[in-house]
Amino acid sequence: MYAQMVKSTGKGVQALEEMSREERAFQERIDRGEKIEPKEWMPDAYRKNLIRQIGQHAHSEIVGQLPEGNWITRAPTLERKANLLAKVQDEAGHGLYLYCAAETLGVSRDELFEMLHSGKMKYSSIFNYPTLTWADMGAVGWLVDGAAIMNQVPLQRTSYGPYARAMVRICKEESFHQRQGFQIMMVMANGSKDQKRMAQDALNRFWGPALMMFGPSDKDSVHSAQSMAWKIKMNSNDELRQKFVDETVPQAEYLDLKVPDENLKWNEETGHYDFSQPDWDEFYDVLKGNGPCNHERLEARKKAWDEGAWVREAMMAHAEKKAAKKQAAE
Amino acid sequence: MSDKKEWPLWEVFIRGQHGMSHRHVGSLHASDNEMAMKNARDVYTRRNEGVSIWVVEAQHISASVPSEKGPMFDPAKDKVYRHPTFYELPDEAGNM
Repeated sequence: MYAQMVKSTGKGVQALEEMSREERAFQERIDRGEKIEPKEWMPDAYRKNLIRQIGQHAHSEIVGQLPEGNWITRAPTLERKANLLAKVQDEAGHGLYLYCAAETLGVSRDELFEMLHSGKMKYSSIFNYPTLTWADMGAVGWLVDGAAIMNQVPLQRTSYGPYARAMVRICKEESFHQRQGFQIMMVMANGSKDQKRMAQDALNRFWGPALMMFGPSDKDSVHSAQSMAWKIKMNSNDELRQKFVDETVPQAEYLDLKVPDENLKWNEETGHYDFSQPDWDEFYDVLKGNGPCNHERLEARKKAWDEGAWVREAMMAHAEKKAAKKQAAE
Repeated sequence: MSDKKEWPLWEVFIRGQHGMSHRHVGSLHASDNEMAMKNARDVYTRRNEGVSIWVVEAQHISASVPSEKGPMFDPAKDKVYRHPTFYELPDEAGNM
């Protein structure tokens, strides 16, 4: 999930009878499955939660370009390079769709960037891990995009119109990402001994962080209930995590790779896999800023923003001059 | 952020196929119309989604007000006689 631990501003879920007339009408629209559109009335907390969630999601798409960008110049073939470039360009596009959706809630693009750069807003913990070998491009596409898709598909039905529409576009484009990743894994898992070892190593390193993408366990997830009532969160964290494990384990078996979990076992009774929880201490530590790449990622973002400032200003000055000239000529 | 101005917001409309009308697909920021057009191409037509693009600066769009939805659209609701099914005709008249 690209939006983990979105802090809610609500004080828990109110019963319909406790709500003001406006809040009640709003909740009833959501319950009927109606979409909420930008200029319509909405509770302040709904707006704030959505800005945080969509913002975090957008930031994740943008920062998510960095670990993969790391391999564009070193892709093993021209075809792989073209594939990876297209994928990373898509991530930029996804970030833009989401920033646009967030902006309809009354926050500006620059404000969102500044909140990312100052650390006031987060991005997904997954992008604070390094991509050490080419096999990581396979593991990221397969596992990270796979986990993201699992979260994003239900969000196409979310209550906020612009967010839902952005999700529809994103989901349409995302499946190529996962497939190209799995195909990289297929080639490596069937390649030389060394290649297979690299594929296994990538799975070993990304398995835990991928499970963390869905956020903490439901029992520790204090903000979920209100978000679910508002339909800005459609499934619980544990539910999606289980779904991810159930779909991914057979894929790993197909690759003849071993999921790094001693407790992983098919449970005939539940019809699901039993699996170990990821290391939650590590998760909270990465969120706090202590992951292997937190510093590097944020610095790269800030550098791009700061060093691009003169270009943004120059383009604006040029546009204004051109407009003035045109007006003078008329 | 004292004197730094954010690039204006543009709304993007795309004709998906010949014969269809342009449809709103999203928005983006750009310093002028030329850049808006280039960005729209890169952001919204990476997979052959369009044969034509319009970009309009968002501030030039006038929109109906959500709170006036009632007075704006309700009057059309009771004018059923604007629909063909309001007029009952005999089968003998054939398709009409």
